[in-house]
This record gives sequence, structure tokens and C-alpha cells, in this order.
Amino acid sequence: MTETTVSMTLNGTRIEGRVEARTHLADFLRSRGDLPSVRVSCEYGVCGCCSVVLDGKVVRGCLTLAVQAQDRDVRTLEGSTAETEDLRSAFVERNALQCGYCTPAMLLTAHELLQTKPDATREEIRDGLSGNYCRCTGYHAIVDAVAATAERRKGGVDR
Amino acid sequence: MSADETRAFARLQMTHIGRPLPRPNAERLSRGAARYTPDIDLPGLLHVAFLRSPHAHARILAIDPSAALARDGVVAVVTGDDLARIARPFEAKLDHLPKLKAPKQYPMAVGIARHQGEAVAAVVASSRAVAEDALDHVIVEWEDLPAVADPEEALAPEAPRVHEDLPDNLAFVSEIRQGDHAGAEAATALSLERDFSFARHTGVPLEPRAIVASFDPVEERLTVHQSTQTPFQTQAAIAAMYGLGDSDIRVIAPDVGGSFGIKLHTYADEMAVCGIALLLKKPVKFVSDRLESFVSDIHARGQSVAARMDLDAEGTVLAMRVDALSGIGPWSVYPRTSVLEGSQVLTLTGSPYGLKAYSGRLRLAFQNKAPMGAYRAVGHPIAMALSEVLIESAARRLGIDAVEIRRRNLLPDDAYPFRTLTGLHFEGLSHHRCLDRLVEMMDYPRLRAEQAELRKRGIFRGIGLAAVIELTNPGPALYSVGNVRVSAQDGCTIKLESDGRVTCAISITDQGQGNLAAIGQIVADVAGLKQGDVRIVMGDTAQVPYGGGTYGSRGAGVGGEAALRAAAAFRENILRIAAALLQTEPDDLDIREGMVGAKGSSEGRVDLRKIADIAYFKPDQLPKDLQPLLSASGHFTQLTDTFVFTNGFQASHLELDVETGIVRLLEHWAVEDCGRIINPMLVDEQMRGGIAQGIGAALYEECLYDENGQLVNGSLVDYLTPSSATLPDIRVAHVETPTRTSTLGAKGAGEAGTAGAPAAVFNAINDAMSPFDAEIFTMPATPERILRALGRIG
Ligand code: FES
Ligand code: FES
Repeated sequence: MTETTVSMTLNGTRIEGRVEARTHLADFLRSRGDLPSVRVSCEYGVCGCCSVVLDGKVVRGCLTLAVQAQDRDVRTLEGSTAETEDLRSAFVERNALQCGYCTPAMLLTAHELLQTKPDATREEIRDGLSGNYCRCTGYHAIVDAVAATAERRKGGVDR
Repeated sequence: MSADETRAFARLQMTHIGRPLPRPNAERLSRGAARYTPDIDLPGLLHVAFLRSPHAHARILAIDPSAALARDGVVAVVTGDDLARIARPFEAKLDHLPKLKAPKQYPMAVGIARHQGEAVAAVVASSRAVAEDALDHVIVEWEDLPAVADPEEALAPEAPRVHEDLPDNLAFVSEIRQGDHAGAEAATALSLERDFSFARHTGVPLEPRAIVASFDPVEERLTVHQSTQTPFQTQAAIAAMYGLGDSDIRVIAPDVGGSFGIKLHTYADEMAVCGIALLLKKPVKFVSDRLESFVSDIHARGQSVAARMDLDAEGTVLAMRVDALSGIGPWSVYPRTSVLEGSQVLTLTGSPYGLKAYSGRLRLAFQNKAPMGAYRAVGHPIAMALSEVLIESAARRLGIDAVEIRRRNLLPDDAYPFRTLTGLHFEGLSHHRCLDRLVEMMDYPRLRAEQAELRKRGIFRGIGLAAVIELTNPGPALYSVGNVRVSAQDGCTIKLESDGRVTCAISITDQGQGNLAAIGQIVADVAGLKQGDVRIVMGDTAQVPYGGGTYGSRGAGVGGEAALRAAAAFRENILRIAAALLQTEPDDLDIREGMVGAKGSSEGRVDLRKIADIAYFKPDQLPKDLQPLLSASGHFTQLTDTFVFTNGFQASHLELDVETGIVRLLEHWAVEDCGRIINPMLVDEQMRGGIAQGIGAALYEECLYDENGQLVNGSLVDYLTPSSATLPDIRVAHVETPTRTSTLGAKGAGEAGTAGAPAAVFNAINDAMSPFDAEIFTMPATPERILRALGRIG
């Protein structure tokens, strides 16, 4: 397989790498070895485990080719810690993660959801996260943590 | 533990145990900083991709690796025959069940492939992509053999045999008949017999199976990183297969991305990876992709059961009879065998009730499908569904309310100890208290009234209940008499570090349940420390005492007791040193928040750092006759009983669209009695996660095979699991009946959710369909099956 060079802004830093045309973004990011938050599970675009942020939108890393990220802005959880910190600590507080495998993708997706729908109801949170699988929690605690974060972001009272 | 120590524990100031404290390791996990086995990298690491049989049953006439070997980056192609030369095959036997057939199983197929997905050859290459590309260039010449897919057909006399050297495909048969059948028959007013069917499904941990094996030829030591619940079991299995000593093998379970039983089996392909590392003397890695997970992870359930319940006119359950048949794939899975799902159905069915008579039969058939093993709540979901679905079906016929019929039949809360007809021993259950709590929590009368109202408007809601018992904290009985090297013992060692903190190494493991947090809470309370000063080490056979690991809902109960004992011994050791230092008696001292001092006084307390400083660097300040002990161990095997039973109740509330057959879950409730609760937040989330998987079984999950043994929905696109949008809120409450089989008093909580949810959901569906006189007994209840039951489609 022939390789090409791809360059992108990764977590705020300009990077370059050699990839095969077929290499998907999640594999490319994983191959760097310093982004443990990037994972794959179904590699079919179903589970959402591989989610990363491309030009500000959450995308499936397994359905995006690395070359599609050429000259674009890519963020993983490692590069999104400041804006997701309150959500992350709500997850810890509420035990909204068990094995943690789904968690980075869940945090990125939940953060995007709250940005577009700061008033999301439980129903809307459930709908908004339905493309992100979690096999451990049964989702209830995740919904709780996201709802609590929404409240806090509004400056409302803690539930 | 002596009675004294038990009393001392009861008097403990519990500042950690019983509180919903966050998990220390959640910090790391939530930052995405976990390291799962797929993240493990080693210098010179090679990657394995398996050529898996596309056929359910086929003879391998020849394998030609030459074209694959010629490709750039390909290091080796290893076949089943290559590994058979260095591997002793597994035979999954239990000595006390001599009737269980145990055909030999090699790491990869030798001569014949017996299920679609069985590994036949392995390409070892510089990257997974290179290895996968090369798979297409390994040429296998196949001769198709007739596949045996359906278990009933597998047992027909003329059926093709899965194993040529066995007389037939009957892997195991067992029968039981107990109690007063004549008496029960004489009193029977209603006898319900139904054919239940429980689909094959699987666990789908989001992190797939993964293993990295590297052999050090100088030390002759094999190091294995594996996504597993049971590192020592892997160690024993590798040792048995490749003739190494147990302790020549180091197994490390890094962070594990979910397991649910899927990762406690010894998989042939993972053993192949170890064999390849031994052959090539190079580090090799295998990470299953999702498609191969579906055809090579163990499957579970997959049972058809004819079940009967006999009741008298007042709705008293008199007798039950079950006849279960299951296809277990081509082998009984090593080392625990594939018997448990079925045998637990046989022993557990009907056990919340005091039956007068019980009989059952179990038949297991070899077939050409993926092997069947232990998935969360082994046997329980089937057993609970049989008795719970039948009892509510009977209640409807007899015009008795679903709660009322339970009240009439459940073993009274003062009936314990109690032994069931199938020999289960219940130390102390709380069915009635749990049911009362459930009824109150869900506001049952209001829901029933609302249901009746809505029915008038053509809205069909259903309410279904399920009594649950779960076997937890298993003792050694099964694997000891079975002569299988699966440990029911767990060990814990606590060591004082030079900075005054402690490290606690324990043989149980954590795949997200929160075992690590729970152990920290126990050690902190028993030794008198701050939880933040206790670091827990798990999942490395070279660092922790020997022990069983995590299975059978035993982590907190058995592992927790080992930790309690280690912590109590550690505390004694520290008090002895402190007493010498403070010139007093150990009995006059206590440790609180890591400070040692006179009981009841906050004056002049010394911290553990000071103790460590003196013990390690200035021991000459201690009396000459004191050689301080600076670590302590505790071990525990639950020896009182075969199992420690928990109980609970669940309820499901849903709405059924009778036009489309679509079920919308509205709410789910669970009341659980798992004995002493170490951390209620962890227990609640175990319940919720377990319930989610049970709901998956009830509504969505099914490994669909065609008649030729081909899995037709083996991807996450086609295999449905519950999502955040389909699951309801799940309310959890507790009743606490501590077990007296340990000082800690904790029972297991990991599986009860999965055990009870399918029955509750099925009862709710049948309740919703009751105006149409329709019932369903086939899991999962897909819209199509529901419409069929409603008679809306043919
Ligand atoms: S791994 Fe990309 S969606 Fe599942
Ligand atoms: S926490 Fe394990 S998959 Fe979500």
C-alpha cells in the first residue's frame, strides 16, 4: 500500500504523519501511541467509541479517513480537558463510568450535546447519546451526570 | 475470624464502608488515560491475524501459506498442526460429572474446523493490517462436511457427528426428581405447560478480547498481557497446555474494558497466541475485531425449555418440571466447561418458592456453532424466567394479582435456613421485605389504576414482576470435586510503604465494577486509614497473592473478606510497633485516619509515616526483642456453603404498541439484598448495568444462525443491544441481610440485575397483551414475535 503524508492540527499542535489512504482517523491517532483516549470497538460506525472532534464536530473516527483530516482541526479528549472538566468530574461523582472504555467518546458527545442543547431534558440526553454505546452502566448514571452538568452550567442548583 | 474479631468488626467506626464514595480509579479512567490490552506495545512487537473457518464444519485438506509468506512484513504463518506439535490439547472435564464428554481441543483447528470462526491458521506480521491483508493469500483447501446446527437435530440418531470419535452428539444429560409428586398432583387445579425459548446471545464488552504474549528465552518466562477477569486461571491454562510451570508465566490484566463473564474463559485462539510467542520467541499481539468477536467470543443461553407449573386453586405453586435442551457448540469450554448454564437452570428454577415436587432434565448437544460459556448470571435469567413468567401466567388465569400470588408463595422471611428440593441452601433471604419495598417504590396500586384507565383508551401498558435469587460467593465445591484448577480462594497482602502509605495487593480484579474502590474502603476502615493512603494493586500474577479473580459475583464478598483479614492483621502489626514506641499495650491503642494513639484520645498520636520511618530506618529505637512485621496477609475461601444466595425483586413497566409490536420501556425497578453494602453507589450501578443486559436479552439480543451454522448478524450493525434511547430509568433500593459466612457479611451483586430483568420484562409484555389473551415465551420478544403472539401476523 502506498503511503501519503497527512498534516492536521491535533489538539492545537500542527502535526504530520505518513498514512495509507485506507487508514481511518482513529487508527492513525491510535498509532501515535500518546492518545490513549482514542479507541475502537465496532469499526462499523455504530458504537461511537471512536468519536473525536473534527473542526468542532464530533465524528466517528472509524468512518473518517485520516487523509480526510488534512488541514483540519482534530481534537481528542486529551485536547479537550478544559471544556469537559466539569462533565468529567460529574461522571466520577455519579459513577457514570465503569470500565471507562466508552467514556472519552461519551464525554465528547455529551459536551457537544450540551453546547447545542443546554436545556436538554433527560429524554433529549438519552436521544443525544444514543449513538454512543456503553455496555457497562445501563446509561442511567450517564444521563444523571449529563443532566447535573447541564444544571450546573446554567448556574442552577445541584440536583 | 474468631467470634471476637467479628464483634470487633461490628463495633468498627465505619467511615468508608457503606458510603457512596467515588472510585479512586475513575479519575484515571475518565481522563481517557486507561491502558487496555490493545494499548500495550512492546519493542519488536508482531501482530497476529487469524484465518478463521468460513465453514461451520469442514475438513482442512491442505493449507498453503507460500503466497502469504512472500508478502512484505509477513514473518510467519502458523497452522493448527504447527501448534499441535507443542500443545497438549484441552479437555474440559469435571471429575464429578463423568457423563460430560470432553473432546480434545487444540489452540487452532487440526484436521477439521468445527464452527464458523474457529481459527485455522495465524499470520504473524509487522502490523495488524499487513497480517490481515496476507490472510487472503493463505490458501486453504476445504472439504465441506455436513453441519449440525439445531440441537434437536444434533441428537437425532442419524445426525452427522461433530466429533468422529464420539458415538453421538450428546455432550451431557442430567435428570433430577425430588419431592412428593403424587401429593402435588392430587392437589393440582391448574397445570400450565409452555415451550420457552431463549436465544443465543453474547456479552459484547466494548473492548474486544485482546492478548499480548512475549517469551524470554533466557529466563524461560512467558509474560502475557490479557484482557481477562481471571489472570491466574490463564496462567494455569497456559502452563497445562504448553508444559510450563505456573510461576514461569506472568499474566497481567491491565485495564479491562468490560467483561461480563466473556473474559473468564480460556479461548483457544488466545492460547494460540501464547503458542506462537513460544514458537517464534518474539512478542506477539492479537486484538479481536468486532466481526471475529461475534463468531469467537463465547455465546450464552441458547436454550429451549418445556416448563410446567402446577398450582392449586388458591394459586399455591405445588410443583415444577423443566426439560431443557441446549446446543453448546463443538466443545465444552475449557476449563469451566459448558455445563453450568444448563445445570443452574435445573437447580435454580422455582427456588424462590417452597415447591412440593420438582423434576427436570437437561440435555446438552454438540453442534457446529460458536462455543457456549458463562455470561453474566449463568443460568439465572432462564431459571427466573421459567418460574416467574409461569407464575404470572397462572395468576392471570386464576384471577389473582401478580403481587398477591407472590405473597402467597414466596418462602417466608423467617423460613431460613432452608434447603430447596434441588439441594440449594439458603442462609437467609428477604423476599417479602424486598417485595414490600418494591411495591412501595413503584407505587404499584397507582400504576395498576393508571393501566386500567389507559386500557379504556386503547393504550396497552404492562407491569411485570420477578423474584430473583442469585448464587454468589461460590465456595470451592464445584471446581474442587471437579478437579479443575479454578481457585475459590483469594489472597490479599498489605504492606507499609516507607512514606507511611500502604499498598494492598489482592487477587481479585476490576473490570469497572468498582472492586478496587470497595477493597480500598474495606482496608481503610479495618486498618484505620484514609482511603487516599491505600493504593490497590490488582491483575498481575507477579505482584498479587494467588487467587480466583473475578467470577460468580465473588469480588466484593470473597475478595473483600480477604482484604478485611489482611487489614486486621496489618493493624495488629502496626499497633504492636506503636505500643513499643509509646510504651503502652497494643490493646490501649487504636488507629484512626492513619494516626495511632491512645484509644479515645486525640493527643500525642503518631502517623504511619513516623512508624515507617522508625521501622525501616531507625529500628534501633525499638526494643531489641521486636522485629516488626511491616506487611500482613489475609486469605479467604468461603467454606461454609456451596454458595451464598442473594435475593431481590424487579419490576418492569412498559407500553406496547399492538399495531407494530414495538415495546417502549417506561421504567424499571429493582430491590436487592446483597448483604452488607460496601458502597451503595457501586451496587446500584452493578444492578443497573446488569438490568440493561437483561433487557437486551429480553428484547433485542440474538445470535441468528442459519441452518448451515452461519451466523447471519455478526456485527454491531445487525446485532442489537440496548441504547440510551431504548432503556428506561432504573430505580434501585436495598434490603440488607448480611451473610454470616464471613465477617464482612457482603454477598455478590454483579449478576442479579441480569438474572431478573428478562423475566420482569416478559411479564410486563404478557401483562400488556392480556386483553388480547396473548402471551409470549420466546426471547428476545422482537416486534415480529409479539405481533405473531397477538395473532396479527401469521
Ligand atoms: S468504533 Fe467507530 S463507531 Fe464503533
Ligand atoms: S463504562 Fe464500560 S462501556 Fe461504558
